[in-house]
Amino acid sequence: MTTEPDSPADAGTRGTGSQTTPAATEPSVPAQPTAEKPDEVSTDVTPGEAVSEAVSESEAVSETAAASDSTASSDRTAASVSAAVRESVPVSETKGDLTPREISPEPGAKPKIGLADTLFKNLTRTAGIGLLVLIGLIALFLVLRAWDALSANEGNFFTTETWGANDTPPVFGVAALLFGTLLSAVIALAIAIPVAVGIALFITIYAPRRMASALGYVVDLLAAVPSVIYGLWGLLVLAPHFNGTQMWLNDYFGWIPLFDVGEGSVGRSVFLASVVLAIMVLPIIAALSREVFLQVPITHREAALALGATRWEMIRTAVIPYGKPGVISASMLGLGRAMGETIAVALVLPSTFNISWNILKPAGNTIAANVANGFGEANDIGRGALIASGLVLFVVTMVVNMIARAVIARRREFSGRAA
Amino acid sequence: MTATTMPAAPAGHQSLNLRGQTLRTPVLGAIAVGAVALTALLYLVTSIHSRIQFVLIVLLLFSIGQTVASVLVEGARRARDRLVTTLVYGSFLLALIPLVAVLVAVIERGAKRLDMDFLTHSMRGIGARDAGGGIYHAIIGTLEQVGLASLMAVPFGLLVAVYLVEYGTGRISRVISFFVDVLTGLPSIIAGLFVLGFWILALGQPFTGFAGSLALTILMVPVVVRSAEEMLKLVPDELREASYALGVARWRTILKIVVPTALPGIVTGVMLAVARVAGETAPLLLTVFGDNSINMNPFDGEQSALPLYIYSQAGQPQQVAIDRAWAAALTLIIIIMLLNLIARFVASRAKVK
Amino acid sequence: MNLGKRQVVAGLAAAALLSLAACGSDDNSEPEAGGTAPSSSATKSAIDCATGSITGGGSSAQKNAMDEWVKAYQDECSGATINYQSSSSGQGRQNFIDKQVTFAGSDSALKDDQKTKADERCTGGVAADIPMVVGPIALIYNLDGVKDLKLKPATVAKIFSGAITKWNDPAIAADNSGATLPDAAIQSVHRSDSSGTTDNFTKFILGTAKADWNFEGGSDWKAPGGQGAKGSDGVTSTVKSTANAIGYVELSYAENAGLSTAQVGNAAGEFVAVSTDGASLGISTAKVADGDDLKLTFDYATATKGAYPIYLASYEIVCTAGNDAAAAPLLKSFLTYTASEEGQSAAADLGYAPLPDSIATKVRAVIEKIA
Repeated sequence: MTTEPDSPADAGTRGTGSQTTPAATEPSVPAQPTAEKPDEVSTDVTPGEAVSEAVSESEAVSETAAASDSTASSDRTAASVSAAVRESVPVSETKGDLTPREISPEPGAKPKIGLADTLFKNLTRTAGIGLLVLIGLIALFLVLRAWDALSANEGNFFTTETWGANDTPPVFGVAALLFGTLLSAVIALAIAIPVAVGIALFITIYAPRRMASALGYVVDLLAAVPSVIYGLWGLLVLAPHFNGTQMWLNDYFGWIPLFDVGEGSVGRSVFLASVVLAIMVLPIIAALSREVFLQVPITHREAALALGATRWEMIRTAVIPYGKPGVISASMLGLGRAMGETIAVALVLPSTFNISWNILKPAGNTIAANVANGFGEANDIGRGALIASGLVLFVVTMVVNMIARAVIARRREFSGRAA
Repeated sequence: MTATTMPAAPAGHQSLNLRGQTLRTPVLGAIAVGAVALTALLYLVTSIHSRIQFVLIVLLLFSIGQTVASVLVEGARRARDRLVTTLVYGSFLLALIPLVAVLVAVIERGAKRLDMDFLTHSMRGIGARDAGGGIYHAIIGTLEQVGLASLMAVPFGLLVAVYLVEYGTGRISRVISFFVDVLTGLPSIIAGLFVLGFWILALGQPFTGFAGSLALTILMVPVVVRSAEEMLKLVPDELREASYALGVARWRTILKIVVPTALPGIVTGVMLAVARVAGETAPLLLTVFGDNSINMNPFDGEQSALPLYIYSQAGQPQQVAIDRAWAAALTLIIIIMLLNLIARFVASRAKVK
Repeated sequence: MNLGKRQVVAGLAAAALLSLAACGSDDNSEPEAGGTAPSSSATKSAIDCATGSITGGGSSAQKNAMDEWVKAYQDECSGATINYQSSSSGQGRQNFIDKQVTFAGSDSALKDDQKTKADERCTGGVAADIPMVVGPIALIYNLDGVKDLKLKPATVAKIFSGAITKWNDPAIAADNSGATLPDAAIQSVHRSDSSGTTDNFTKFILGTAKADWNFEGGSDWKAPGGQGAKGSDGVTSTVKSTANAIGYVELSYAENAGLSTAQVGNAAGEFVAVSTDGASLGISTAKVADGDDLKLTFDYATATKGAYPIYLASYEIVCTAGNDAAAAPLLKSFLTYTASEEGQSAAADLGYAPLPDSIATKVRAVIEKIA
């Protein structure tokens, strides 16, 4: 156990580095870290006693602790214990002040802490609820604006493939658009996620340290390129080059229905749009994955290596399990961007309204691109119809996120806090 | 085992060769040459000419060859390790291709017009075929709109993230966290429509830079919340507990320990959000309208913005306008990179020591 | 020390911002002084200066003309600011109805329901469609070895509807006697975004070859097949990069891209190359609505020698009365200039056709009423 005089903040950072592997992999009552500090603060009471006293008091005294207790997840026990500890120990405001203090569950000191805490908690909670209200308003707005158009629609909104919202009578449906949106986003993510994780691993683990930060910066550069530029680049630079690759895929992998163009020719296809989208979401996923991998306690990695693991085995056993929820979250952000991307897709895709699995054919359209293309000249019904399609995108994002959350929920056990 | 003990041999993977054999560099070189040669042959036969594809096939062949050789010489574990190393390096190189291609395209086309004259003049009084003009008004607009949006979105998003991670229990926080994800998929034009419908039409406000920043805020918040939430979650509980054990109040622990620890990650998230909204065209088209003259006040009158400028100039038939669009794009990228640099520097300074 | 560095960074950032704030300029007069100088003081008759600032927006088809007019006007009148932003015609009309702009630029006249809503903001007057800009629409094509492609309206309709799929189709060969046409599939390119150009192009097809076109007109492209591309610039670059492609764009895009343009058959039975004068002749037969709302109805049937039949008219939508008191004088003065002979000829260099006299007189009469 260390004995050097540390300020609380110092103790904090050191905690990252000095964490032991067992302590982090299985959430248990962290007797060591909590005991460490009272040891320095007071010499009168032994650490063990302080904790047990606090625990016995926690139910009666601390409201905050009680709130924490109500969580289902097991690692919250640690938090509640330490919250209880906090309640029973007076605040040590001055850093580096090592004079022994008395530990007493002074009732007079509590309301002061409690008030500030309650205020802060309520502030954050208000922000959270404010966000819900905002989202509610947006949803309400979308529904209200979409309603007239949907009731005027002569076709089936979910199965019609054409978009004749400005015609009389209006006949429009979201089927082809939704298909194109999902197809292009899925292909984009299938390309982007492995590459992004590879980049993140390269930066955090493989690259020399000095090079790593420079490289991280280079990847961020991709995120800084505005989407209209990706669109122009995709249309003017990539598309002409890409035809060769598409022909090649068609020639040699045409037996896979996906790559078959039949009688037609290749062109500005869903595949091209997916590649542009993949390049756009790549930096988002890579940057966040990198941050997540950087948070993997160095001790985990070193422990794995010390046990004789190869670098890959270290990644597999220490880095990936720890970072997986974060990578999934990052991918969801990327998916959101890919599905909602407007201008780049509108520039690249020829916007046809049909459902086709032949991703190399010059065809396809997405919801967001259709909004951008059609909004300018749309009449009232037309605008409502476009907003209705935006609402569909909203719902689809919801469903996809539900699935992602279910996946993350299974992976809770490895992360530092409830993932 | 105490917490402070360091592993003795960090180079443990080198002792793996129980058979005492490693793949020598010449062998790897030979595999690489073979891969290139085979790909070249493949290209002659199939007669397709894409350089990117060439690189991809070489990579594929090289990793196959290397894995086979490594399995024979070094054993399966080492072979797997080598394969992953190759794939990781490969994916990095792969990502560099579009990056370099996009940047080269932008720099090549943008450098033509990018000079002080361009940076310090507006488009006022520039006719359709005139070569002059600049982007000063658009830079001001973008800086003010994105700045205002960040001022609103970052504190708001951080508070929400803190609530979700530190206080959030039960249904409300699950619902909030869920809908934040949903908000990430909101097409930007819908955010613009929302502000147009509520702020401008229903509340009778004019087109202003501020209206634009409201739309950008809606787009920024979910990205800030999501990335900050992810980073806060990764702060080890031991830190919080150590702080609580010292009797530090919860809110102080959050502000002084938890948030600063996660700060570099949060800054990355914020910069991603800034980078994303700084390039948004569609919501601005509906809310700030655009302007050819300089308007310093984001709360009064129409403003321009760089993405709007790029969009409108790129759609013109004249080459002079297209040149201006590329130069503006280059400027936008440079501005975001500078902001990124400053933010990172500040974050590294503010980090707990 | 740490704090010091932070302050240095903050200071640097602040200094950068301040210096940025100090050095911007709206004055673009010096760099291009040589290029378009003659407009300065020689003929100022057409511009009767007013001051203030007005906002207009909408059609991108008339953006080039607007830029030129605004430049000339602001050069002459130092106290005036006219802000025209191009988005799309529909957006312009919507903004006008929502009272967000003083005038809208639009490639199509207000539709009936829009007209009712727009009239509400014009107390004491009406919302008037004033034709201001006429532009020919060119058929651009990318076909190796074929110069001077000639197409009758019916052939154009068949190509864009997908009824003709090969360049050596008998229908095309009949229009181009003697030319050797390749046995290649036609790649027709149309606008993927809704646009006034599509609206006017389909008006032409419906007005000349209704039998070969089974689709509706309007701003959205309705025919199946072909490739869509966003914006006139998108169509231009797609045609340029796709062999055997054909598309329709405003003349200035065709000229700047250096692509070949097709000659189109008119009602007089001749093939006419695209030109501003040809379009001006073509639109001179259009019927102008009575009253202050000068909505045009194109007439494709009357034979006029040398008339080019595919054109678009872009309107300014304004209130004839009930304008903001501060904006009305400037609006009136500006539009008076744009409708003047000087204003119209200033735009002719940019691929626009001058308004034919029959329409121009009516336009000037309505502008005179603006208050």
